[in-house]
Amino acid sequence: MSIDRKTVDHVARLARLDLSEEERTRMQGEMTAILTHAGKIQELDLDDLEPTSHAIPLRNHMRPDVAGRCLTQEEALANAPKAEDGRFWVPRIVEDSGE
Amino acid sequence: MSELLWKSAKELSEALSNKEVSAVELAQAMLARADEVDPKIHAFLKRTDEIALEQAKAADERRARGETSSAFDGVPVAYKDIFCTKGVTTTMGSKILETFVPPYSATVVERCEAAGLTMLGKLNLDEFAMGSSTEWSAYGPTKNPWDLERVPGGSSGGPPALIMSGGVPWGWGTDTGGSVRQPAALCGCVGVKPTYGLVSRYGIIAFASSLDQAGPFARTVEDAAILLMLAAGHDPMDATSIPQEVPNYLDGIDAGIQGMKIGIVKEFTDTEGLQPGVKQRVDEAYTRLERLGAELVEISLPSFQYAISAYYLVAPAEASSNLARYDGVRYALRSDEGTDIVKMTSRTRDEGFGPEVKRRIMLGTYALSAGYYDAYYGKAQKTRSLIIKELDAAYEKVDLIVSPSSPDTAFKFGAKTADPLSMYLSDIFTVPVNMAGNAGISIPCGLSPDDNLPVGLQIIAKSLDEKTMFRAAHAFEQDLGFASDPGMRPQI
Amino acid sequence: MSTTASEMYETTVGLEIHVELSTNSKMFCACPVDFGGDPNTRVCPVCLGMPGSLPVPNQMAIEYTMKIAAALHCDIARFHEFHRKNYFYPDMPKNYQISQYDHPIGTKGYVEVTGDFGTKRVGINRVHLEEDTGKSTHVGGSGRIADSDHSLVDFNRAGTPLVEIVSEPDITSAEEARAFVTELRAILESLDVSDVRMEEGSMRVDANISTRLTGAPEYGAKVEVKNMNSIRSVGRALEFEEKRQRKALDDGETLVQETRHFDEKTGTTSSLRTKEFAFDYRYFPEPDMVPFEPDQAWIERVRGSLPELPASKRARFAEIYGLSDKEIQTLTTTSATAGWFEEAVAAYGGEAKKISNWILADLYGLLNESGQELSDGKIAPAQLAALVKLVDDGAISGKQAKEVITVMFETGDDPAKVVEERGLKQVSDTGAIEVFVDEVIAENPDAVEKIREGKDGTLGFLVGQVMKKSRGQANPAMVNDLLRSKIN
Ligand SMILES: [Mg+2]
Ligand SMILES: [Zn+2]
Repeated sequence: MSIDRKTVDHVARLARLDLSEEERTRMQGEMTAILTHAGKIQELDLDDLEPTSHAIPLRNHMRPDVAGRCLTQEEALANAPKAEDGRFWVPRIVEDSGE
Repeated sequence: MSELLWKSAKELSEALSNKEVSAVELAQAMLARADEVDPKIHAFLKRTDEIALEQAKAADERRARGETSSAFDGVPVAYKDIFCTKGVTTTMGSKILETFVPPYSATVVERCEAAGLTMLGKLNLDEFAMGSSTEWSAYGPTKNPWDLERVPGGSSGGPPALIMSGGVPWGWGTDTGGSVRQPAALCGCVGVKPTYGLVSRYGIIAFASSLDQAGPFARTVEDAAILLMLAAGHDPMDATSIPQEVPNYLDGIDAGIQGMKIGIVKEFTDTEGLQPGVKQRVDEAYTRLERLGAELVEISLPSFQYAISAYYLVAPAEASSNLARYDGVRYALRSDEGTDIVKMTSRTRDEGFGPEVKRRIMLGTYALSAGYYDAYYGKAQKTRSLIIKELDAAYEKVDLIVSPSSPDTAFKFGAKTADPLSMYLSDIFTVPVNMAGNAGISIPCGLSPDDNLPVGLQIIAKSLDEKTMFRAAHAFEQDLGFASDPGMRPQI
Repeated sequence: MSTTASEMYETTVGLEIHVELSTNSKMFCACPVDFGGDPNTRVCPVCLGMPGSLPVPNQMAIEYTMKIAAALHCDIARFHEFHRKNYFYPDMPKNYQISQYDHPIGTKGYVEVTGDFGTKRVGINRVHLEEDTGKSTHVGGSGRIADSDHSLVDFNRAGTPLVEIVSEPDITSAEEARAFVTELRAILESLDVSDVRMEEGSMRVDANISTRLTGAPEYGAKVEVKNMNSIRSVGRALEFEEKRQRKALDDGETLVQETRHFDEKTGTTSSLRTKEFAFDYRYFPEPDMVPFEPDQAWIERVRGSLPELPASKRARFAEIYGLSDKEIQTLTTTSATAGWFEEAVAAYGGEAKKISNWILADLYGLLNESGQELSDGKIAPAQLAALVKLVDDGAISGKQAKEVITVMFETGDDPAKVVEERGLKQVSDTGAIEVFVDEVIAENPDAVEKIREGKDGTLGFLVGQVMKKSRGQANPAMVNDLLRSKIN
């Protein structure tokens, strides 16, 4: 198991982490080590098992369709780094350009 | 007043009801203790003195009118800074939420408030609850009151450090892979990881949603059981909350363990890195359980050896998704750099997250990404099924399972930060419980002969069998006499 | 022998339709589902994706989706669950969308569509439930995202339940696509689960269209067309795109996989982005919610709650009312229209065709002018029935009735009241008419003479004279009869 630099770059882009050169290099080694350990599960024969996404066997948990209270605009925007006209301000929206 | 500091919440409840002390006096005494110890241990990220005193005053007024919100009206409490508290900054130990003020409170907080508990403040943790030493807090580590050179464990390091400094009788943490039980072990107090779904996760900032569970810390098993009861139970705001009544855990807690079958995990006996002193105390604990009337049964759970591997795929995967919302748009930190959204978000996340969080986001993103999902995330979730299957079979033979809570006692600062994997292995005994959604408790079982630091015994119960777990833990605690022994407190 | 272009190539279209459900509350929180309102006032910690908040699914949204699946002849899953679809976008609060992935609520359905191309079944690949995003306003430049300076985000819409319906690539022309969307819209409308207003975005259609040489084994490059804001636009955009692709192939160009934007004004599409880098959504089961296993009883209850669907309604209308296809098509555009018609027919009790004529010939003209639907007009079905009865009974003439219906449309008054107020009563009293008839016979001896000679055509002139004297209120049939009997 070895993670190459290209994979680190790809994953960092997917995760929106603008890592420094140094961080990328260190990440490459650490991910390799951790994933090698995690890869131990490859030894197991798990073909007959269903994956467990929830440890408790609950089903059909829903809420009735009843409208309730909302935050005020002031409360909604209170934590915003920048707001304008009652809305959240974001810099120019660009498409993620891929690699 | 100082004799109040080491009383259990149950004792404080009696003192309040006998008018030996007022809620305001209690809050004042604990806050004064914080003035004294917190500069040494750094358990608090935020003190809420004003709120505590205001709530205490209200509690005293209620009592004067002959009313109480609960038997514990006016008893102080403190929360790991992962619980949202309306109007009070909730940082998750991260720079990215440094200025975040939630407009709402977690269900746990609301229920404790409804019971009249007074909030002393918000306590330290590893950033985003990722870590086993509290060293990853963006606001500096918490120190272990037994030895200020050592970690309190983590990620919920703040609450047990404060509790074992006499700063509060009990407090709330969260346990995703051992984050309550391991620090409880390292600080010498009681820590509970309840059954998944027993305590509402609403308002608890998510790390790994299918594993996160809030759990109480206390100095006695009874207190831990009581604090759990105050907040447990179905919450319509959490779609994974179990819709069932919570039994009274104190009913029959004194019944002892005569005839109980307790399993010892064969695969854990020769765990690599298990400290000899820890092994010794835990082995003695097994003997003590036997002496108290339990029948010890060796059980084999081969999948437990793979639990850590699977955990470090599942938890980061969920975390990578849960933490995507910290993008600089709606709350708290936003980087000044970046004139477009992609750059702004990427810079914000690089500046706002610490190294361990970034590592887990990278691991989790990788485990979920196209081409790797089946081999990593998919297989890890199947490993989880295997763990559950083996545990179900084990519970056919035993009522409870015991093990060490942590392979070692409190370690020195920096001992594991350079090697992430070594830190991850701190959770080797606790992680399988989270993977299966079962209940677990860590209780002190003495001081290690190696370093005179506390050792924790873990007792595991099947889902929703907290009652049996508390009964056994209480019997053990009463027999050992650790909680009531002033010599078994850190000298701080 | 030359092959025409339309035989040389074949077009393949698959549609993806997003429909906002009209539940009371949002998909995963209790904020109301409501249009308008100040920005960020229909939000809470959950739909703002605040730390610590958790989603709890709306039972009604799940039922509505099951209902849609049932109406589209889908298999309704006995197990379904939500996944997280992970990608960053500033109008998506959590930077993942809670959606359904490999266990959607409905699969393997179809819609039967009819048009000039005949009747065909378009397969439905899946029907799944997800949450809508917020809305961005782009500031600076032309107001479009590409050249804006910054954007402002309002999360009022975020978390609105959204059903995604994906068709199979069974559609082979713009006409079929239009027919499909029209039929789907009618079905959804009849279920009363959404406003289905394309102009307002409560129903949004994206199309994937490709062209290949007829019989070629592989599909051509897939072009996704966005921004079609009406059923008409769907037709126009796809017609344009079909021609563009065929011409490009004729000119020896290679088509590329891309996303194109439809411009309403010019009727053309233009490339939005050509580089289709593979999105990696990292789907995984939503850990904050447990799966769903609806039991047979629940599924049966939903199936049992289905109203009459447009296709059955049309068949029934043809059978019991004897209307033409064209009439049926118009009268069943919405279930409210159809219901209105049926109420009027019931109140009337006579030939349905007459009611249909009045609606289509008269009421629709008035409605079109005011941009209203039949059901939101002021005239009640029983009032139209009463009006038609007045004509049948000879109380007023057909011409008068047209005047009356215009007034009714304005005021909502009963026809009897309008007739009364305007003094429009048709005179059928023989005595009163006789006076006029006698006068007219006396005043027009020449005309009377011609009639007696057998020139029947002149009778109409005399009838007109009587009507004039009665100021249009005499019953023309009676006038006719009286004139005849007195002259001969
Ligand atoms: Mg969609
Ligand atoms: Zn909301």
